[in-house]
Amino acid sequence: MKTLAGYRVPDPGTQPNLLHPPYASSLKRAPTQPLVPIPYTLSEITGPSFAPDLVSPSASDLTRQSKGEPLGERIVVSGRVLDEDDRPLSNTLVEIWQANAAGRYLHEIDQHDAPLDPNFTGAGQAITDAEGRYRFVTIRPGEYPWLNHHNAWRPAHIHFSVFGPAFCTRLVTQMFFPGDPLLPFDPIFNCTLDEKARNRLISLFDWETTVPLQALGYRFDIVLRGREATPMENK
Amino acid sequence: MSPQTTTSQTVGPFFKLGLEWLNCDNLAGAGVSGDRITIHGRVLDGDGAPVPDAVLEIWQANAHGKYAHSEDTQDKPLEAGFHGHGRIATNATGEFFLTTIKPGPVPGPRGQEQAPHLLISIFMRGLLKRLVTRMYFPNDPQNASDPILHCVDPARCATLIASSAADESGALEWNVILQGPDETVFFDLGL
Repeated sequence: MKTLAGYRVPDPGTQPNLLHPPYASSLKRAPTQPLVPIPYTLSEITGPSFAPDLVSPSASDLTRQSKGEPLGERIVVSGRVLDEDDRPLSNTLVEIWQANAAGRYLHEIDQHDAPLDPNFTGAGQAITDAEGRYRFVTIRPGEYPWLNHHNAWRPAHIHFSVFGPAFCTRLVTQMFFPGDPLLPFDPIFNCTLDEKARNRLISLFDWETTVPLQALGYRFDIVLRGREATPMENK
Repeated sequence: MSPQTTTSQTVGPFFKLGLEWLNCDNLAGAGVSGDRITIHGRVLDGDGAPVPDAVLEIWQANAHGKYAHSEDTQDKPLEAGFHGHGRIATNATGEFFLTTIKPGPVPGPRGQEQAPHLLISIFMRGLLKRLVTRMYFPNDPQNASDPILHCVDPARCATLIASSAADESGALEWNVILQGPDETVFFDLGL
C-alpha cells in the first residue's frame, strides 16, 4: 500500500462548536464528553463515490418536477465544489432541499401556517462536472418562523449536502441570501465564531449566471477540506 | 490566499425531503460475499428520549477488507455489487435497522491491522456538525489490538461495540447515546 495523506484541520473558529446554547436543540443533543482524537486511517480517507448516472439532469431543475410551474421567484443557484487548495472536486454528489416560496417545507412535521405548492417538492440533486461545477434552477425559498425563541424566524436558506472524496470531507451546510435582514438574529447562521467563515455561507448575487428574462443568479462555492502535505503513517 | 473549508450547518428537521431518496438500509445485496448481519439500535438524547429525526450514514469495507475507493490500493478483491455506503433514518421511536455484511479487517496506523468496523456519521436537528463514531463487532478477537479502540478510555470502549441481541436471532444491537453516563464515544476528525 502506498502512503496516503490525511486531511487538514480547519482554522479555529471557522466551524461551529457542537454545543451552542442559543440554538436550543443543541442542549440535549450535543455530546458532553470531549471528542476522542484518532489518527486518520484508510477508513477515513476513503469514502463513498456515486456513478454520474445516479442523478438525472432533470433532478437539478426544481421548477420542472411537476406538471405545472411552482409559484415564486425563479433563481439559478450555481457554484463549484473545491478543496482548500482550489482544486475542483468533480463527480461529487450535491443534494439540496428547501422550503417553498411561502416558507413551507413539503414535510409532514412542518406545521407552519403557509401554503404548500403542489408543483414544488423543494428537493434536488446534481453531480459536479470535471471543473467541480453544479447548477440548480429553483425558487427562492421563503423565510419561516420556528420555536427556538420568542418570534424566531429563519432567514431564507437552502440546505446543501456534499460528499467530496473521503469520509472525512463529508459536509452538510446551508446557503443564505445576500442582504437578508434576519441573518444577524439567526442562532444557526451565527453558530460559527469566525465572521468571515460565517459570511461565506451567504451566496453572491451574480450577473454572469443571471439568465435574461428568466432568473436571477446566485453563486455559492463549497470548499471541502484539503489534503495534508505529509503522508500519514499507514504502513 | 487559498479558500477555507465551508462552515457546517445542521441538517435541521426536514432533511428527509432532500436525503431520503438515497436511503439504503441493506448493503448486502444478492451475490455479495460475507456474513450477513442485521443491526438494530436506538438514538437517545440527553433526557434518554428517543431521537426520531436522526440520519445515520455508514461507510465500510467489503468482506475482504477492501474499500470501494480509488485510494484503497490493497491487493484484495472488489465486488461489483458492494459499494459500502448506507444511509438510514431513525423512526418515530428513535430506532434504526441496518442489514449489511461484516467487513474484513483493514490496515491501520504503523502497519497495525484494524478490527472489522463500520464508520458512522450522525446528523440531526440540534447538531451543528455531524458526529462521527464507529461500530465494532462483539467477540471479535481483533478488537483487543485495534489501534483506534486503544485511543479510547477503556471504560467507554463498550459504547463502540455492538452486543448480540437477547433473542438469539443473531442480530446485533448498537445504540447511540448522545449524553450521560453511557454517552457514546464520538471521534475528533478535525471537523
